[in-house]
Amino acid sequence: MRGFFYVFSALAVMALAFWAYQENYRTQRALRDVARLQRDIGGLHEALAVQRAEWAYLNRPERLAELAEINFDRLGLLPLEPEQFSDVEQVVYPQPELLPITDPIELMGRIETAQNDLDEDRP
Amino acid sequence: MIRTPLRPLARILSAREKGENPDAIERENLRIRHESQRDRLRLKAEGRLFVLGVCFFCAFAVVGTRMGHLANTEPQEPQAIASGNPIVAQRADIVDRNGRILATNLATHSLYAQPPLMVDKRGAARKLVEIFPDLDEETLVRQFTGNRKFIWIKKKLSPEQMQAVHDVGDPGLLFGPREMRLYPNGKLAAHILGGASFGREGVHSAEVIGTAGIEKAYDKELRDPARGGQPLKLSIDLTVQAAAREVLEGGMMLMNAKGAASVLMDIKTGEIVSMTSLPDFDPNNRPRALLVGDQSDSPLFNRAVQGVYELGSTFKIFAVAQAMELGLLNPSTMIDTTGPLTWGRFRINDFHNYGPSLTATDVIVESSNVGTARIAMQIGAERQQEFLKSLGFFEPTPVELIEAPTGKPLLPPNWSELSAMTISYGHGLSSSPLHLASGYASLLNGGTRVLPTLIKQDYVAPGPRVVSERVSAESRSMLRQVVTRGTASFGEVAGYAVGGKTGSADKPKPRGGYYDDKVIATFASIFPAHDPKYVLIVTLDEGVETSGSEPRRTAGWTAVPIAAEMIRRTAPLLGLRPTVEPGTPPALIRASN
Repeated sequence: MRGFFYVFSALAVMALAFWAYQENYRTQRALRDVARLQRDIGGLHEALAVQRAEWAYLNRPERLAELAEINFDRLGLLPLEPEQFSDVEQVVYPQPELLPITDPIELMGRIETAQNDLDEDRP
Repeated sequence: MIRTPLRPLARILSAREKGENPDAIERENLRIRHESQRDRLRLKAEGRLFVLGVCFFCAFAVVGTRMGHLANTEPQEPQAIASGNPIVAQRADIVDRNGRILATNLATHSLYAQPPLMVDKRGAARKLVEIFPDLDEETLVRQFTGNRKFIWIKKKLSPEQMQAVHDVGDPGLLFGPREMRLYPNGKLAAHILGGASFGREGVHSAEVIGTAGIEKAYDKELRDPARGGQPLKLSIDLTVQAAAREVLEGGMMLMNAKGAASVLMDIKTGEIVSMTSLPDFDPNNRPRALLVGDQSDSPLFNRAVQGVYELGSTFKIFAVAQAMELGLLNPSTMIDTTGPLTWGRFRINDFHNYGPSLTATDVIVESSNVGTARIAMQIGAERQQEFLKSLGFFEPTPVELIEAPTGKPLLPPNWSELSAMTISYGHGLSSSPLHLASGYASLLNGGTRVLPTLIKQDYVAPGPRVVSERVSAESRSMLRQVVTRGTASFGEVAGYAVGGKTGSADKPKPRGGYYDDKVIATFASIFPAHDPKYVLIVTLDEGVETSGSEPRRTAGWTAVPIAAEMIRRTAPLLGLRPTVEPGTPPALIRASN
C-alpha cells in the first residue's frame, strides 16, 4: 500500500509539474498577445486622434466658407439669416397628386379670357 | 530520558546517619531539575525567536528589494490588466461648447544629430539645408565638425520632411517622437487659446506646456493624468466665433481701424460665447512678444481682456440706473442739461446743445454729458464708487485667462466730485470691453451680478442683486430707445429688438491730454431688449468712417453698424428666432363726446 502511495505521489508531482510548465508558457503567450493588442489599440487611438485632428482641420469654418463660395453655383449656400426662420403655419401643405387620367376624351374649342367682360362690368 | 529521583535513597540514608536534613537534598535536586528544565525551554524559545526573526527578515528583505527594484526600473504599463487605456496624449484636448475641437495633439517627430555617428557631415548639412531652407549650412557644418556629441536640429517635423531626412540616409541623423499641439482653426479664438510650446525636452519625449491664454491658465488641469483625456469644454461657440470674427475683420477694414474687439456673452450665466480681438495671430506659430514699442500694438495683445480704455458714454446707463435705484429719479424726470457745466476750471460740454432740459430717458437717448454729470452730482462720489465696485469695475475680470490680471481697470487716484462727474459719462475710468460686458450683463439681466467665464457651465446660480428688477427693465427700455430713436439708429436689426448705448471716447495721449482725431468707439448692446439673452460689446480703435464729406468717428457711425451686422449673423446661429417686440399696450383714448 505504501509503495503504491509513493508511486502515485511521484506521478502526481510529475503531472503537476508538466501542467505548471504548460500554464507558464500559456500565460506568457497570453501576456504577449495582450501587449501586442494594447500596442495595436494604442496605435489605433493615435490614428483616431490624427483623424479627429484632420477632421477638425478640414472642417474649420474658414475652409468651409471658402468651399461654400467656390461651389456657390451648385450649392447656393449663404450664411444663416433671420429671415430663414418661419412658423409651422407658414409651411404649405403638400399638393395632392393629380389622379391619373384613365378615360381621356378629346375636346376642341376656344378658351376665352374673361378679361374683357370684367372690364365692361366695372362701373 | 532517565529521571533522577528527587530523594535518592542512598543519599537520604547517609544524610540521616549524619543527622542532616534530608529535605535539603530534595530541594537541591529539585533546583537542579528546574535549572535544566529552564535551560531547555530557553533554548527552545530562542530557537523559535530566531526562526521568527529570520522569517521577518526575509519578508522585509523581499519588500525592500521589491521597492528598490521598482524605484530603479523604468516604469512599465500594467500588461495583464486588459483595460483599454484611453490616455493617448499627455495634454487634454480643448473643445468648444458643442464639442468641436479647438486644440488637440498630433504625434510627430523631432530631428537631432549625433555627429560621432555621422558619415558624410558636409553632404548631410547641404542636404538638410535643401529640406529646411531656414537652416544655415555654415552653422550646421560647424556644429557637425565640432566637439559636440548631440545637436537638436528641428523640434517638429512634418511626415514629408521626415521622409526627406530619411532619404538623406545618414546614420547620425535621428528622430525622437514628439507630441505637438495643433490648433486646427488657425487664427480663430487665438487670444483665448494662447499657445503651447515644449517644456523640458528629452530624446524620447518632451513636455508640452501652455504659454498663454487658457492653455497656461489651465495648464495643470490639462496635463493632469487623472483627467483621463477628458477634454476641456469652453463656452465658446466655434461657428459664432467664426461669424463674429469675419464681421469684425470686415468692419475693421471698412472703418480703417487699427484694432477691434468684440465680446458676446450670455447675459444670465456670463458664459462668453465669442470673444475676438484684432489684429490676431496663429497660435500654431505664435509670434514673439514685441521687444520695443507699445505692447498693445502687438497682435498678441488681447484687446477684449487686457486693453483698458475709457469707454465713453456707454457708462451713462450706470449713472442713470443707479439714480433710479436710489429713487432720485424715474425715466421721465426732467434733468437740467444747460451747458457748459463748469466745475472749478473744467467745463463739461455736450456734442450738440440739447436745450435747457431733457427727461432722464432722453439724457441716455441723446447721450448728454451735462445731464449725466448732473445726475452723478446727485449720486455723489462714494455711492458711485460702491455701485461700480458691485459691477466689478474695480478688479481685473475673473475670466480664465492667464492675461486676465493684467487687464486691471485704471481708477482715478483721488475720486473727487469731478471724477464722479466725468466717470458718469465714461472718462477717467479705464476698463476692458469684458468689464463692460459683465457690467451690462449684471445691470440688464434683471439686476443680478454676472461673472464672465470661458468654461461651459451647466448651471449658474444668480449672483448677488445689483439693482432691482424694475430698474433693470427701465434701463433696458432706455437702451432700446437709443436704437429706435437715438444715437445708435444703425443698430436696428429686424426681429431682434437690439438695445444699446454708443460711446466715443477721445484717446488719451501717452503724455497727457487727448487726441482730437483718435477715438475709441464702443457699442454696448443687448438683444432682444424685452427679453435679454445676450450682451454684445464692439470696440473699434481709431475707427473712422469716410463715406461722407467729412470723416465721422462717433460710434454711431463706426461701431454700431458692425455690431448690427454681427447680431444679424450670429443671432440665428445662437438659435434665436426673430420675434415681434411686445409693443406698449394701447392706452385708453378718450373719445370726444
